[in-house]
Amino acid sequence: MITPDHPTRRTILRGAGLGAAAFAVPALSAALAGCDKPDEGGSGGSGGGTVTFGSNYSDEVPKKAIAEVLAKSGQDVKINTVDHNTFQENITRYLQATPDDVFTWFAGYRMQFFAAQGFATDISDVWTEIGADFSDAMKAASTGEDGKQYFVPFYYYPWAVFYRKSVFESKGYQIPKTWDEYKALAAKMKADGLTPIALGNKDGWPAMGTFDYINMRLNGYDFHVSLMAGKESWEDPKVKQVFSLWQEILPYCQSGANGRTWQEAAQSLVAKQTGMYVLGMFVGQQFPASDAADLDYFPFPQIAEEHGQDSVEAPIDGFMVSAKAKNVDGAKKLVKYLASPEAQNLYAKGDPNNVATNKRADTSGYSALQKKAAELVGSAKHISQFLDRDTRPDFASTVMIPSLQSFLNNPKDVDGLVKQIEGQKKTIFTS
Amino acid sequence: MTITARPPAPRTTPRRRRVIRFTPRDIAVIGLLLGIPVVLDVALIWGPTLASVALSFTSWNGVTDIKPVGLDNYHNIVSNYPPFWPAVRHNLVWLLFLGVVATPLGLFFAVLLDKQIRFSRFYQTAIYLPVVLSLAVIGFIAQLLYSRDYGAVNAALGRTDNPIDWIGDPSINLWSVLVLVGWRHVGYVMLLYLAGLKAVDPSLKEAAAIDGANEAQTFFRVVFPALRPVNILILVITVIEALRAFDVVYAINRGRNGLELLSVLITDNIVGEASRIGFGSAIAVILLLISLIFIVTYLLQVFREDRA
Repeated sequence: MITPDHPTRRTILRGAGLGAAAFAVPALSAALAGCDKPDEGGSGGSGGGTVTFGSNYSDEVPKKAIAEVLAKSGQDVKINTVDHNTFQENITRYLQATPDDVFTWFAGYRMQFFAAQGFATDISDVWTEIGADFSDAMKAASTGEDGKQYFVPFYYYPWAVFYRKSVFESKGYQIPKTWDEYKALAAKMKADGLTPIALGNKDGWPAMGTFDYINMRLNGYDFHVSLMAGKESWEDPKVKQVFSLWQEILPYCQSGANGRTWQEAAQSLVAKQTGMYVLGMFVGQQFPASDAADLDYFPFPQIAEEHGQDSVEAPIDGFMVSAKAKNVDGAKKLVKYLASPEAQNLYAKGDPNNVATNKRADTSGYSALQKKAAELVGSAKHISQFLDRDTRPDFASTVMIPSLQSFLNNPKDVDGLVKQIEGQKKTIFTS
Repeated sequence: MTITARPPAPRTTPRRRRVIRFTPRDIAVIGLLLGIPVVLDVALIWGPTLASVALSFTSWNGVTDIKPVGLDNYHNIVSNYPPFWPAVRHNLVWLLFLGVVATPLGLFFAVLLDKQIRFSRFYQTAIYLPVVLSLAVIGFIAQLLYSRDYGAVNAALGRTDNPIDWIGDPSINLWSVLVLVGWRHVGYVMLLYLAGLKAVDPSLKEAAAIDGANEAQTFFRVVFPALRPVNILILVITVIEALRAFDVVYAINRGRNGLELLSVLITDNIVGEASRIGFGSAIAVILLLISLIFIVTYLLQVFREDRA
């Protein structure tokens, strides 16, 4: 039978179905699993009772790690885990329907967007207690447009240029400090038969890291922020300059990036086919345990002297209390616990690809990589959150992903590209 | 028509009396049997369709107030949304490929298998197998086959130094995917035609043979016209499959970078975190209009033939 409106009906049902299925099933299983919580009734007093916890920690390692952390909270916590991407895609419907008391989310613009829509509970009072444990940059990343805090940072993972120590040692490569040194090193690697820079952009977001870094090194953090907020023109020569610098290193990057997943690109680094890789610290997940100690990184090289290497791209993950929370006191108590060094130490042990946000968190158990990450971020003047977290989600997903992919396919036509981006940006930011 | 308990008037014919004699229970049953489908139809098909059309003239992020914007969405789609025209083109290429290559191939296999060749059960199963594979599996297979660095196709071709980027190169990835899609579609079409061929009266073929027709003539002049009901069904299925194509490209690379399709653009804008619901609805309406062109043509054809 013919159904003339097939796509329409399909789409709407899919949206509803996904939302329902994604949240109903885990909720049910969590409800069943919740019966055997060990710490039941252990808390008492104010903030007692069950707290529901909407989690996007769906991968095995983080899922286990967060469960261990929550088990020691002294509160009765019901965890509803949802697949990471599904959680993100359904966030609007989730927050409008029946969200959990506490839910996992991202710092920066992504948080501010939902706080401004009235989906989050103001937790400034929690911050008066925990504020001393966090750097100013962390607090700024947790603050909404109205100056109140809506977010508790849990961990972060810096982006940098990753490499294998053994490769650098055997070939006598030096860590490049500047753009020119970076290019010179890439040329040397190429001459040595390596593909200098790994690149996998099939999912559309990994290349954003390179764009962000070139932009922040060339034009500075403030320009990055206002460009992402839609306040600058993409046809500005400053933006074109970013793309033309990128063109300079493209011959050294793995070709066919749009067909390669970030995991495949990481495998090429593991296999010593490529020399360097601009990615987040989660690249470590792709390294077998025996090679983990061989993984190292250096900060993205300096381009403009006045900006040096003062910005670090380090997306922060954390928690928010939903506006519809049933147990607000319990939720605040839980996020306060999650902000504590104890909770963060516990998590860092279970999932060593991240770094705790709390200044007092114990770093003695850290791997060399984690220690270095903590230093890098601690000394940074600015912490950016990554392109798709620093701007509107609709702009990032429907404009920037296709645009950067088309840049990698056809790097020559920068003028046409930025014109298209600017045209779409205008309609999106004014809607 | 009303129900009445009055004794029938003498003038009424027996036929009419029979019509009047609906008991309240009959009415309730009819009302229920017709009413439920109508309610479902309105609630699940017409309601959302009209809602989409209405939303397509607005700007809405799913949270704040709905703001009417007139034809802005449509204007932006055609002039300020680079993925749109490629998506339209890809849908049409998809339709042409299924209609011109995959469907005839399915028919060809069906005819061969209908000849009771040896191992026909095995071939039948092998060709039909892809139809039952889930989209996740197909996406996974695509990755295994087409991956530039680790894929089976490049390994088989010996292209390890300068590998072909089957999925990442936007000038060829549509064709890579269409091969997979065709692989699935052929099995589906074959099964339907096989059923149709079994239903064709063998005496027709015998009669044609007695009249001196060769095999090709028998097929094109006698058997194929006798398959008309199946042909129409398959035409409809082919059009629907081409216009609703979604799962394979979404599983492979979320329908980006050369694999844009209208259905994917709708999903990207509405379902994802983006929530450009008005904009996505406008694309949905455009897809609806394209579907209507095919459906109206088809219905006109059917009505004309029925009348003749």
